[in-house]
Amino acid sequence: MNEIYEYHGYDFSGYSHASFKRRIDRLYQLDGFKNFPDFLSRIRMDGDYFNRMVEEITVNVTEMFRDPLFYKVLRTEILPVLATKPFLRIWHAGCSTGEEVYSMAILLREANLLHKSLMYATDLNPSVLDTARKGVFPIRMMKQYSENYIASGGKNDFSQYYTAHYGFAKFPEELSAKMVFSQHNLVSDRSFNEFDLILCRNVLIYFDKDLQDKALTLFDDSLARLGYLALGTKETLKFSDLQKKYEQHNRDKIWKKIKE
Amino acid sequence: MEKDKRINGCKLLILGGSAGSLEVLIKILPHLTVLPGYAMVIVLHRKGSEDNTLEELIAIKTTVPVVEVEDKTPLMPGHIYVAPSDYHLLFENNDTLSLDTSEKVNYSRPSIDVCFESAADVYGHSLVAILLSGANADGTNGLISVKKAGGTVIIQEPGSAEVSFMPGNALDNMKPDYVADVKGILELILSINTD
Repeated sequence: MNEIYEYHGYDFSGYSHASFKRRIDRLYQLDGFKNFPDFLSRIRMDGDYFNRMVEEITVNVTEMFRDPLFYKVLRTEILPVLATKPFLRIWHAGCSTGEEVYSMAILLREANLLHKSLMYATDLNPSVLDTARKGVFPIRMMKQYSENYIASGGKNDFSQYYTAHYGFAKFPEELSAKMVFSQHNLVSDRSFNEFDLILCRNVLIYFDKDLQDKALTLFDDSLARLGYLALGTKETLKFSDLQKKYEQHNRDKIWKKIKE
Repeated sequence: MEKDKRINGCKLLILGGSAGSLEVLIKILPHLTVLPGYAMVIVLHRKGSEDNTLEELIAIKTTVPVVEVEDKTPLMPGHIYVAPSDYHLLFENNDTLSLDTSEKVNYSRPSIDVCFESAADVYGHSLVAILLSGANADGTNGLISVKKAGGTVIIQEPGSAEVSFMPGNALDNMKPDYVADVKGILELILSINTD
């Protein structure tokens, strides 16, 4: 498969083999291919189909306030520390359709920090970024999100944050005005700013060990001293050399950079 | 079914189940003291949440060490691993575990099918897969993959299962190596790698 990825400028060779194979098998079956060479040549020759493959291979399952206890820790323990800074830069790496970015904007607003914050949200996949920019999510998800929000320590009526419109919930400009969305590939792109908080949750699980190390180094290069790195519930710095420069916040998946 | 009742050459044993399967595990686990040459993975349908009660419950029922599964956790013989809630559990070629948050399969994440299929790819004939009680069709396709890859398949005898649908569905769709009640399953597990 390597030649195909190089052909299109994407390199998937550092992806976790097990997950990648599963996504490929799924797409192959979903699109009713009869043999593998047909599948490969379609990917190679048909640019639109290649884009479809990239979208289907990358996992875009996300939700607002996913893992509410994580957000509770951000709300009650991390943001109050960051609040002393004059300006806050936050990077959501692998933001997918943006649910976590809007969750963060709500936290910042409730902590009265939104006015001095900027959230950079990046993903490999341009089509999910279009969704994220709009701030429009299916209304059927709002009951779950509202429960997550309350479990995260939210005190307001969650429905005040959106307006319902034809099966969709639209989140206001006030929140999205503080977001910058852009395409960024953790595999091949470099650091582009210095941040106080980097969130990359359930993205590294799709990478093999080497690529994980590479992405973690990129985060390390992009993180201010005493800045925080937040990973997914089952992700860890434990298997990385970087862990000696970081201090884990209790048993949470949040690490503070204590050494340059 | 009365063939050799010993299972050898096993590197990985996976127990999959849903409703009614925890009771089976609670009966089996206290009898296990060592897992000679193989790792055990338990994949149960569980509520999508952040709690570790299942891991804790399993850990108090056995003296075999239970390892918390995180991404890229190495799989070591003699240890028990529990699939975390809200992730699919997959196996890499280098004896590490990886996790995946993609779509639910059979309304489930972790899905037993996903776990069995991934393990079959990597472990082939050195995999033993056991499907227990449950109310869902998850597990059947996975067992078919395990069998195709040369692994050993054990299905809980539906009459002995608290909820017979899951093992029954598997039996309707594939031919396992063994069908056994709880006692029989325990004997098979105790026979693993004892030759």
